[in-house]
Amino acid sequence: MARSVLILFAHPAFQRSRANRALAEAVRDLPGVTFHDLYEVYPDLLIDVAREQSLLSSHDALVLQHPFYWYSAPALIKEWLDLVLEHGWAYGEAGRALAGKDWMSTITSGGGEDSYGPGGFNRYTITEFMRPFEATAHLCGMRWRTPFIVQASHMSTPARLAEAAAAYRAHILALQRRGEDA
Amino acid sequence: MEHPSFLLQAFVFLVAAVISVPIAKRLGLGAVLGYLIAGVVIGPFGLGLFGDPDSLMHTAEFGVVIMLFLIGLELAPALLWRMRTAIFGLGALQVLLTGALIAAITIAFGVDWRPALAIGFTFALSSTAIVLQSLREKGLDATNPGRDAFATLLFQDIAVIPMLALFPLLALAAPRGEAEGTALSALPGWAQPIVLLAAVAAIVVAGRILLRPLFRFIARTNMTEMFTALALALVVGVALLMQSVGLSPALGAFIAGVVLADSEYRHELESDIEPFRALLLGLFFISVGASVDLALIGANPGLVLALVAGLIVVKTLVLYFVARVMGRPRADAALVALALAQGGEFAFVLFAFARAQGVLSEALAAPLVAAVALSMALTPFLLIVGERLASRMARPAQRAAPAHIHTHKPRVIIAGFGRFGQVIHRLLAANGVTTSILDHSADHVDMVRSFGTEANYGDAARIDLLRVAGAGDAQLLVIAIDDAERALQLAENARKHFPHLKIIARAFDRRHVYELLNRGVDGFERETFEGALRLGSAALRHLGARAHQAERAAGLFRRHDERQLLMMREHWSGDDNFEAYRSAVNARRDMLAEALRRDLDTHGVTTPDDAWDTDSLDAETQKRA
Repeated sequence: MARSVLILFAHPAFQRSRANRALAEAVRDLPGVTFHDLYEVYPDLLIDVAREQSLLSSHDALVLQHPFYWYSAPALIKEWLDLVLEHGWAYGEAGRALAGKDWMSTITSGGGEDSYGPGGFNRYTITEFMRPFEATAHLCGMRWRTPFIVQASHMSTPARLAEAAAAYRAHILALQRRGEDA
Repeated sequence: MEHPSFLLQAFVFLVAAVISVPIAKRLGLGAVLGYLIAGVVIGPFGLGLFGDPDSLMHTAEFGVVIMLFLIGLELAPALLWRMRTAIFGLGALQVLLTGALIAAITIAFGVDWRPALAIGFTFALSSTAIVLQSLREKGLDATNPGRDAFATLLFQDIAVIPMLALFPLLALAAPRGEAEGTALSALPGWAQPIVLLAAVAAIVVAGRILLRPLFRFIARTNMTEMFTALALALVVGVALLMQSVGLSPALGAFIAGVVLADSEYRHELESDIEPFRALLLGLFFISVGASVDLALIGANPGLVLALVAGLIVVKTLVLYFVARVMGRPRADAALVALALAQGGEFAFVLFAFARAQGVLSEALAAPLVAAVALSMALTPFLLIVGERLASRMARPAQRAAPAHIHTHKPRVIIAGFGRFGQVIHRLLAANGVTTSILDHSADHVDMVRSFGTEANYGDAARIDLLRVAGAGDAQLLVIAIDDAERALQLAENARKHFPHLKIIARAFDRRHVYELLNRGVDGFERETFEGALRLGSAALRHLGARAHQAERAAGLFRRHDERQLLMMREHWSGDDNFEAYRSAVNARRDMLAEALRRDLDTHGVTTPDDAWDTDSLDAETQKRA
């Protein structure tokens, strides 16, 4: 039985996004995948905590898909983390609601691969920038999966973008099969 | 033959039309042919149910006048200017070539050159009424060939004026008595063109300066029938003025229409006059059918049929040639040529005039009139042939959607332009969305137009008005009118007649929301809810809440209230069962009050922001330390 995946998608200007559109189109129709477009559901940024928690409870794996803004996520993702991952529910002594579930981040980033790392002008690798997310997953007892990262160089032509979208689809399918590390 | 009473005649016409037109339509022959057949059947040469088709045609010609007025309304001066090469190229070439060729053929048959010229140029004219009505029926009126056909017909209508002026010069015999004397013919020659120009200028100036305030004044009375009366008076008045100076009334009505084409009352005028046009044109077609002299054709079938065939063949060939010379694709040229191959209603007038002026003899005129009538009756068939031929000739790319005349297609229709609709319009306009506005208040429409926005006067619940406002092509209808009952009516009509249209509506209260939803609207907003909610949020702030807290409280209240509104919909079954709904709402309200009280007991606030409240985390950390 394939595991269910909740894709938490956040893009405040989705209408202008090429990369995230291609990625979203590649996975939103997959069976067992719930594509949850946060800026579409909460245009007033007013997150319905109870609803979000019940969505999380009914899925086996969580995917956070968003562009990489200021070495992090768009504001609504932060709001979502702040409000939904409550103490006593997601973490803390009594908070085991998410334990054992998978967490995978999907990031689109404008900078090239070379700019990340000790030599580049961003000074750190994307893996290092992802530490807060990794720690969050860890605190909730979730399994941190290798992030799926699409960089500017992968979006240069429609062909390369289609290639990235196909890889993303395969990645999500792999995540749905228990035991295999995506 | 005794003249039957007016009501009896009207009854005969209406019944004949009601029987024959639907049958013709069902058989795919079109309404025009239906009317023509009805005319042949009930006419003096058929069942003989009425006597004098000529006098009937005179009345019915007013249908042609109204049609030209409506066509003028559709054509703003700028659009007309863009058609100038078609009018004066296609139209002029066609009339001159056809006239000369037919005259030459007629001379070859031994007729004197003077009547031959009269016959040639009369035959060059086609039937505005039949062609435009048939094209419209087939949805071809806004296509390129449809526009070419219109341009040619327009030139022909203008060409009638010099023909009427020149025919007396072609006389063989002395004129028989006073021929259609007009006020104009009493004037000296040099004054005539001045009077003609003055009449046209009068229409243009009056249309620009006088008519708009007059329409506004009438519109403010909110009496639809007065508006219709004024519109009809306008058309009749223009027709009379034109007739008195010897111009074609149809041409005058067309000019009046063009003058009013960019006024805010255009849509209302169109939908008010439309029914008169349709019925009077029907009457006109019936009278054409009735004037087909079956006895004459029976006595001389060879001559009449040869005339019809010759007329149609020559006109088709010349038109096709001219259209090709003007660079039209083959398919378009074929369609225009076959559409305009018949003789026109002006032929009846011109032949009668020529006879009176002594240009044509009675013996010559009678078969010519019969041929013209017969060729007009054949038009729908020719058009069917033309369409087949055109679609076979067209390259696949050209076969795609026809190019439409409408220059801008509004994406959104806003019905109601009071305080509510204005905000919606401004938001949409600021985001580059084209809108078409309908409002029943002349003051609102005036005010909007003074800011350069397109707005039209009329009752938006009327289907015909919605259609002319562009509901057929628009994506969305926003109902923003301040009359709850009319809003429901509008929602129902729009849903039924424009199923593709998305509809969102201003709702007044809960029951109005349910009634709107029952009529299939896609979205709604209660008109006072948002304002009240924001003022409530302000109240919380003035009581000491922080801005973000108050804002969240209002937002959560909105979400909760909207859910509850939709949840309670199942308990709503119309005003009759209002009590059942009220008790269901009350029961639920008790439950909610209980829930709210529980929230207040635990947190002192109703906003679930537990995650920002670190008390439990602090407690756990201290315990661990």
